[in-house]
Parts: sequence; C-alpha cells; structure tokens
Amino acid sequence: MKRPSSTRRRFLAGLLGSTSFWLYSGHDVWAGSLATETHPYTPRYFTPEEWRFLNAACERIFPTDAHGPGARSLGAPEFIDRQMDTPYGHGALWYMSGPFLTAPANLGYQLSLTPRDIYRQGIAGADAYTRQHHDGRGFADLDAQAQTALLKDLEHGEMSLGAVPAHLLFEQLRQNTLEGVFSDPLYGGNKGLAGWTLLGFPGARADFMDWVNQEGAPYPFGPVSISGETA
Amino acid sequence: MNAGKTDAIIIGAGWAGAILAKELTEAGLSVTVLERGDDRATAVEGDYPGSIDELRGAIRHRLFQNLSQTTVTIRNTIGQVAVPYRRLAAFLPGEGVGGAGLHWSGVHFRVAPDDLALRSNVIARYGRNFIPEGMNLQDYDVTYEELEPFFDKAEKVFGTSGEPHTIKGKIAGKGNTFAPDRSDAFPLPAMKDVYSASLFKTAAANVGYHPYSLPAANASAPYTNPYGAQMGPCNFCGYCSGYDCYMYSKASPNVNILPALRQDPKFTLITKAHVLKVNLDSDRKKATGVTYLDLRTNRQVSLDADLVIISAFQFHNVHLMLLSGIGRPYDPIANTGTVGRNFVYQTITTSRAWLPSTHYTNLFVGAGGAGVAIDDFNSMNFDHGPLGFVGGSPVWVNQAGAKPIAAAIGGPGGKAPTWGEGYKDAMVETYRHSLTIDAHGSNMAYRDVYLDLDPTYTDAYAQPLLRMTFTWKDNDIRMNQYVVSRIEPIMKEMGATRYSLAKLETGELFDTRRYQTTHLGGGAVMGADPKTSAVNRYLQSWDVPNVFVIGASAFPQGMGYNPTGMVAALAYWSAYHIRTIYLKNPGPMVQA
Repeated sequence: MKRPSSTRRRFLAGLLGSTSFWLYSGHDVWAGSLATETHPYTPRYFTPEEWRFLNAACERIFPTDAHGPGARSLGAPEFIDRQMDTPYGHGALWYMSGPFLTAPANLGYQLSLTPRDIYRQGIAGADAYTRQHHDGRGFADLDAQAQTALLKDLEHGEMSLGAVPAHLLFEQLRQNTLEGVFSDPLYGGNKGLAGWTLLGFPGARADFMDWVNQEGAPYPFGPVSISGETA
Repeated sequence: MNAGKTDAIIIGAGWAGAILAKELTEAGLSVTVLERGDDRATAVEGDYPGSIDELRGAIRHRLFQNLSQTTVTIRNTIGQVAVPYRRLAAFLPGEGVGGAGLHWSGVHFRVAPDDLALRSNVIARYGRNFIPEGMNLQDYDVTYEELEPFFDKAEKVFGTSGEPHTIKGKIAGKGNTFAPDRSDAFPLPAMKDVYSASLFKTAAANVGYHPYSLPAANASAPYTNPYGAQMGPCNFCGYCSGYDCYMYSKASPNVNILPALRQDPKFTLITKAHVLKVNLDSDRKKATGVTYLDLRTNRQVSLDADLVIISAFQFHNVHLMLLSGIGRPYDPIANTGTVGRNFVYQTITTSRAWLPSTHYTNLFVGAGGAGVAIDDFNSMNFDHGPLGFVGGSPVWVNQAGAKPIAAAIGGPGGKAPTWGEGYKDAMVETYRHSLTIDAHGSNMAYRDVYLDLDPTYTDAYAQPLLRMTFTWKDNDIRMNQYVVSRIEPIMKEMGATRYSLAKLETGELFDTRRYQTTHLGGGAVMGADPKTSAVNRYLQSWDVPNVFVIGASAFPQGMGYNPTGMVAALAYWSAYHIRTIYLKNPGPMVQA
C-alpha cells in the first residue's frame, strides 16, 4: 500500500498554516487510519471459512482487470470486517422493533436481521448450497466463472439460504464491496486510493473554484485522502 | 418535573424554528427552542476534512434522523397493513440543530404564484370537471404579493445567489422569464454554471425553452447577512447535499441565524429534548406548554408557555398534532377532520445523457443549489387543456457533486451491469462523461393519501408511530411522463452520444427503497376553510389558537419547486402577523 509518511508530513505542513487544521483536531480519524497499516489483516468478525467466501465474492463483484486492482487487493473485505463492529454492523441505525411482517417488496426491508446476521447466516447458507451443487467444494474453491454464476443465482434469488433471502445477501455484498472500494482509506478499503483513481474522483481536494467550467477538459489532479495520502 | 414558564416554546431547531425564534426574541419574548437531536456547529463537526467523508456522511447518515428511535410506517393503500420504514432510503429527514436545513442542497426558489391558488386557477382556465375525482385540489389563501416581502427578507438572510427577471416591473436580468416580479435584486449574483449546466443552457435555448441559472442559497461571493452572520464564497467542493458545508457558503440555521440568537439572553436552546406532546387545557382550546423527555436523564419535563410553535420536519409536525389532540384527525372514509389530510410528496425522475469520451463532465464538481433549469413545463406555464393533468415540473441540470460510493452503488445506468465483468468500463464512462437531467415535479393531494397514527408500531418512547398511506396517482404519473418527453429534444441538441429517459411508469407504486426526495409536504395544510385546512392563512391552528404550525406541512399540494424558500417565507409571514396582530390581542386571527 502506498502511504509514504513524507506525504503525510507535507500535507500536515500545508494545513498548519490554515485554521482548518485546528478545527480538525477534534476527530479521532488518525487512530482509525493507522489501524489499516497492519498487514496481513486478521478478521475480527468473520471466521476463516467466511473470510475465504467474502474475499472471493468481493473480487467477483469488483474484479481485477485491465482497469486495475479488484476489491480484494483494494481491501474491501477488510473494510467489511471492520464495519461489522460499528453501529451499522449491529443494525443500530435501523428501526428494529417488531412485529416483523411479510410485506410487498416496495415497502422495504422487513426482517429482524442485522448486517452481521445477514453475513453469518447468509454465507453459511450460500456455502452449503455451493457444496451441494459442486461436489462438496465451497464457493471460494470454485473457479471465477462458477463463482460469478453462483452470484448471479444469489442476485436473482434462485436459491434458498434459510432465513436470509438470497438476493438480500447479494445486495449486502454488492453494496458493502463498493463502499469498501470507494470510501476513504480511513476505513480499510480503497488502498492506494486506487478506487478513486479508477473513477477520476479527486477525494478530499474539495476545492474546485477554478474547475467550475473548463469546457469539458479532464480534471488534472489525482486524489488525496482525508489523512493526506496521495496517488 | 416542571421547569417553569417561558413566553414561547418552539419545537424543532431547523429553518422554521430558527426564524420564529429570531422574530419572537426581537419582539421581546423569552423563547425556548426544544430540539431532540444534538447541537451542531460547523466549526465543531462541519470542519474540513472530517466532514467531507462520504461513508460517515451521506452513506451512514451522520446528519439524518436515527430511525432506531422513531420512524414512520408506510403502506400504499388503505386496505394494506402498514410496515415500518426501517432503513433510510426514499426520504431523509434531518436531526439535530439545523434540522434538514443543515444537510439540504440550497436550491432556493420563491413560489410560482399560480400554485398558491391552484384550485381556483385550474377551474378558471379548464373548468371544475378538469379536476379528477378524489383529488383534493386547494388554495393556500395567501397571494404572492402578500408573501413577496417575506421572500425578499428570507433571501437576504440566506445570502441567496441568483439573477432576476424583473424588479418592480422592469427587466433587470436574464433570470427566469416565468418568475414573478421582485421588489429587489438577489443579495448575491448567480452562481456560475458548471460545464454540464452550461451545455444544458445552450441546448435548452436552442430548442425554444427558457433556461435560467437556479437561485441558490450557496454564496457566490463573501456575504454578511442582516443578522451579522458571515458566509464565505462557495468553491464548488460538491459537499452540500447531505453535508454541512465546511466553507460556510451554504445557508443553514446554524450559520445564518443561530450565531445571532445564541448571543441573545432571551433565547434558550435545549437539545436532546424529545417533545412527547403539546399540553392542552381541559377544553382543548388552549395550549399550556409541552411535555418533553430529557434524553440525557430519561426524565419527563413539563414546560409552560403562552405560545407554542410547532416547527419540526413536515411529518413530525403532523405526528405531534395527532399525539397532542390538536385539531380533528382526518378520516378519509367519512371525509372529516383535517390533521393528516392532503399529505403530499413530489415526483422526481433522473434522466442521463452520455457525451463523447473527449468531454469530461467532472461530476464531483458542484454546488447543491446551483444549476440551470427551465420552467416551461412547471406550474401553469403551459396549456394543460389537451394534456388532461394538473401540475408540472421544472427540468434542470443540478450537478450537486456526485460522490463515488453513491455513484458506484447506483450503477452506470442504462442496461449496463451493476457489478462484475463490464461494470468498471461502464461506470468509468458514466462517472467521467455523463450528466443528469431531473424532472422535479408536483404531486397533487388525494382523498385516500394521508397521515394518521399507526395502530401497531411504537417509537422508543412508547408512542404510536405516524402512518403514511401514499402511492403515485395517474394524474401525477402522466404529468411526469409528459415533462420527461420534453427533455428528449434537449438531449439530442446537447450532442449526447446516447441517453436514457427515466419516468414514472403507469401504475407504479411508491417504492420506499430508493431515494427520491425529502420534499414531503402537507398534512397540516393552510387554507380559508377549517373543514379542509388545519391552520389558517397565518399558520395558526384553527382549533388551538395559541399554537402555530410552521413548515412544508402547510402546503396543500406538492409543488414543482424545492420547498425551503416557501417554508422560510411562510415562517417570516407567520411571525410578522404574530408580532403585529396576535401578540397585541391573542386569539384567533381569522374567524372560522
């Protein structure tokens, strides 16, 4: 991962002259950022079996190709594991009181499962389904083509995973993978800012006074992260 | 416990609450504002770079309502069982000081004058039979001329950037030719048009429409408002919608009003104060104060007051009226009662054009209030006769700054894959070379679309949740389809290599899983008739005259324009009449 400390010092030096730096000091983002520097990452929530599934699934959703690295090397699995320990992972941002009724899909999510539950129960179900249909091999042991086919079955709800609707697990995976690829590296994903580089998003630059209208010219600068990392 | 007495209690510290607090303290009253969320100040949590974190901000909802404590239930039709809105998606109410006025975008319209008397205007032009069965089309009982001074005042407080069309009847600029006359210029010149908006401006004019730069409560230059609050010039960082503007460029209660209020000894702000009900005397004709839960101590507190202002988010206003027994709850079967009646939303669909790969739209550049619009198909600016629907939509490019997570989850659009092979290719093309055009339109009120209390679900404080009964109706779907069809010539004229037109589908049900807009309205509407309105033209409760209910809850219809400008003008209008009439002689200001 590209995180030269000299870059950070340069960024800090730049900020020292501005009021922004002092206002910024109230945040604990530094501690969170530093936690990403430990390698290899050891998952805190996912079991080793789940972790293999997660890594494989993330990579199929956002694969390595001619455009650059895929979700695995961008740290999306690490991002997801760390999110499981946040209020979001525990479902604390959602209304989770019963009764939990069956309702038309357009009225939204109506299950009592938190993101942690969706992964734990859903991955077990998906892996069991895979073993049944692939001579006892789990999802992570299949080739890329077979993994993609299985994810499509998940997406279209063409398998039963017990209490977790297959498409729910799929959408959880898809959304969290893309969050991991495109969020600030603070949270463990988007390593080397490669997600942002792909899209052409300049990250925390957040000052485009001179780029309001350049008649369709591409923006010339690469991304910078909240902690000052550049790419 | 009883916390004593104050002259006026204001519930909710968003735009309406802050405006009323400022006006009532100026009138000499002691004012206590109760806000159930946290205090929020730009210098503390709106700072750079911590505030421009998409995951923590728009994705994990830093500034939005925490649904784990309270939410609403939703169903499409009266026969269904409503279920909770468990995850934020379709609409995003705010929480904490500033309310939705902290995370809004900043599009700052006045009102299309015809919309204020839409029922009368439709009947005058097309006859009574033009109004579909079951549509509760109503007038506001206030005119543009009456509101004009208050639109003017709000723009000066907000530091609004814009270009006029006419001032005192004389052409004064290249602003919206459909905009009503103004008494004065905008306090700041219009925001610059981003590249995509400038393309739209040229193309729309070439096909015969009348494009104009949107009026924006994003400061195009440094500004000091009449309260002494200072704004910095917007740098198009793209963090308006869903964020708190580290540049002090987007107007918010926090930046534009509260700095003055916080210095006033007559002003008290109590945060983490969740109001459970407005207390009424035994005959329910007078409010005596409120009871709130102190969320820090979990103790109930009662506070007395002569005047109670309900100025929370639109549906929280209605919820509190129902919980308190203010006015008569609406019954759609018997067609009686007014509280919960005329619940409305807006129709919004987003179409996309792709430009040649040599043209970069730089979607991350933007300002929430800036852009270019046409009003040719808004309000009554076009002939509805042969079309057979009521209402309309402005159409615009409003490039507010597209963030990578939201863009990636939304996908490349068209028929492109949303993951896996081919996804990156399409996503890169969309993010670098496309632009979006919205039809942001009206939504009419209907007899069977309303708000009431849910019979089953409760909030964290054991009170019933508010229940929404809402779906799209044929009139509004056909309006959206027509207006979207008018976008197509612009797409072609812009030189789009391809485009996708998004419209509501015939028979489409309201879907709570997808963000549409937070512009909910009605449920405690203003009007001339206490049988069809909950508040009079001064936003005073017909039933409990020392209660005023301020907000988009007062809109009888969902208008094509963004609501904040109208909410602010109505707040100043109501406050002016409280100051000049009500306080001298407390009682009903309009005889029922």
